[in-house]
Amino acid sequence: MAKLTLDTLRKLREEQQKTMVMRDPSNKDTQIIVGMGTCGIAAGAKDVFNAILEVLEAKNITHVLVTQTGCMGLCHSEPTVEVIVPGMPVVIYGNVKRDIAKQIVQEHVIEKKLLDNHICDKPAMDIIRK
Amino acid sequence: MSYKQFILVCGGTACESNKGIALFTALKNAVEAHGLVNDVQVVRTGCLGFCEKGPIVKILPQDTFYVEVKPEDAEVIVAEHIVKGRVVSRLLYDKSQSRTNVGIEGIDFYQKQFRIVLRNCGVIDPDKIDEYIARDGYKALEKVLFEMKPEEVTAEVLKSGIRGRGGAGFPTGKKWQFAAMQPAGQKYMVCNADEGDPGAYMDRSTLEGDPHSVLEAMAIAGYAIGANKGYIYIRAEYPLAIERLETAIAQATEYGLLGENILGSTFSFTIEIRLGAGAFVCGEETALLASIEGKRGMPSPRPPFPAVKGLWGRPTVINNVETLANIPVILLKGAEWFSKIGTHGSKGTKVFALTGKINNSGLIEVPMGTTLREIIFDIGGGIRGGKKFKAAQTGGPSGGIIPPQFLDVPIDYDNLAKIGSIMGSGGLIVMDEDDCIPDIAKFYLDFTVDESCGKCAPCRIGGRKLLNYLEKICKGTGTAADIENMKEISEAMCRASLCGLGQTASNPITSSLRYFYEEYKEHIEDKKCRAKKCKNLLSYTIVAAKCVGCTACARVCPVNAITGERKQPHAIDNAKCIKCGQCFEVCKFQAVTRA
Repeated sequence: MAKLTLDTLRKLREEQQKTMVMRDPSNKDTQIIVGMGTCGIAAGAKDVFNAILEVLEAKNITHVLVTQTGCMGLCHSEPTVEVIVPGMPVVIYGNVKRDIAKQIVQEHVIEKKLLDNHICDKPAMDIIRK
Repeated sequence: MSYKQFILVCGGTACESNKGIALFTALKNAVEAHGLVNDVQVVRTGCLGFCEKGPIVKILPQDTFYVEVKPEDAEVIVAEHIVKGRVVSRLLYDKSQSRTNVGIEGIDFYQKQFRIVLRNCGVIDPDKIDEYIARDGYKALEKVLFEMKPEEVTAEVLKSGIRGRGGAGFPTGKKWQFAAMQPAGQKYMVCNADEGDPGAYMDRSTLEGDPHSVLEAMAIAGYAIGANKGYIYIRAEYPLAIERLETAIAQATEYGLLGENILGSTFSFTIEIRLGAGAFVCGEETALLASIEGKRGMPSPRPPFPAVKGLWGRPTVINNVETLANIPVILLKGAEWFSKIGTHGSKGTKVFALTGKINNSGLIEVPMGTTLREIIFDIGGGIRGGKKFKAAQTGGPSGGIIPPQFLDVPIDYDNLAKIGSIMGSGGLIVMDEDDCIPDIAKFYLDFTVDESCGKCAPCRIGGRKLLNYLEKICKGTGTAADIENMKEISEAMCRASLCGLGQTASNPITSSLRYFYEEYKEHIEDKKCRAKKCKNLLSYTIVAAKCVGCTACARVCPVNAITGERKQPHAIDNAKCIKCGQCFEVCKFQAVTRA
């Protein structure tokens, strides 16, 4: 990659913004994001990350993009996994272990239903005040 | 089959006690009764916070938030909201009860949390510069380099009112101004990532989740003060943060966002990482600079301040990670926008690492002026195990212990100072009735004594003396004179220590003596520890009437202090007892009492 100039930086930003909105790099419409700060990794996020990849591969699912991110701030429920499936609300699962990770793929991604008892929303994000 | 709507029921423990399970069943039944099992899914979630108003029900995708929902309300929620699409307004969160003291005008305020510093944390992949760029990353740098003069940048930061987030709260713009005013020549920009307070991890998480925000800010600061070289001083105990920073620096350099002639401008700026060995004192700026220079990490007297004479004798600005993460947003959205958030003397937001006896420990960001009650009970979900709130500690070992009567004080730099604590870097430790205040003070003193560099006598000797007195008090051999001596030493340390470490080391003692004097008195006069923490002040006895003689306690006792025949009441020999408490833990019949 050559060094950016003002114009190329702006162009890159525009392009990237489009891909971020579509969340569709190379025909992947579903995204699973694993919180991988020190806290998440200490709680087993790497294992969860691998478990997700394994089960996706085993089931031959190719439309799911698995990525990492930093701390989501929900330390009491690490490891955390955010799941974005088109047509479904964006959900964060907390205290995810290998088996729950596999369940997420089976139930949330394939069967399109939420997992009971494992959702961990961002705390008090919803209280509207204008 | 795919569901169209989802009903989320809070299943946190606080809500369980509030009939969360009955509500869950009632909602399921109502959905079934309306024949909607194929369209609507009812699920239980972890705690959503806000437990005082529980149980909480959230309907997705509409994002409607119902509070204090009773099982009887299930039918109306399904019949009205789900079937007819009409919001049940009587169950909505009562807006009139929300905060009134933050003073945000003209800004839509969607939640108690307000993310500026953590804007990308937990959202982007920190290893991908493209994702940062997509979220307006390096746009502020672009604006600064091509549309603003260095002095305009400094003026904007000054106008925003942002104060240093590392603890002391010095206005960031002023710091920049001092360095910018120095004659041109080699200057340095340093990022202080030597986060060392016990229980604090805000900076680590920021660097791990969004390293580019700090790099961008450092380049901006470099441009403003006329520095072409930046250092990030980070402790070696943060390997992941270091790894992500290294990746980020490499990517930014490859893109030409760091290095020579950034984006084709005349401005050049490079950043290097310097690893610290984890000494707490190296968070102090003069000690930090000494450590970067390869010297032993010890503070030196100020003035001269680093902005005048810093790294290798050159003008240097040192900013904390969180301060820097604010900078790109301030320059993009403007000082005016930023200064509308927060209180009169403290602008913007503050990130807290919320830990201790709290249900939802976590990394949170709230506007300055948010009260402790909102943080602990609304966001943090209250005290673990339904226990009583006793105190909160801000500012780590340099901070004070805040009693319950200040739960409703809006938190900002000035208010915290008024009640005897400090903002500090953002550790917020919550304590419940099982925490013993002299014991907590002892914990912090133990830390500062350990971390004192030993250069100046007040800190080296004073800290040790204070710790000795606290140990005495916790052992039950303290006297009233000890308290007076502690007060005197505290004052001397406060006045005479060379750096912030010694000057503030006595804060946990001073503030706890002010608000929890009774507890010290109990330890000294009555030889009692109400939290039952101080071993030497406890005694264990077996209530003969409750003891069934199962021998569990006798078997677990490490010093054979418990005797008694099988199926006969046992007894503890207090002369032998070392008060380890194992018998108390192991007894299934509550026959062992602790007093």
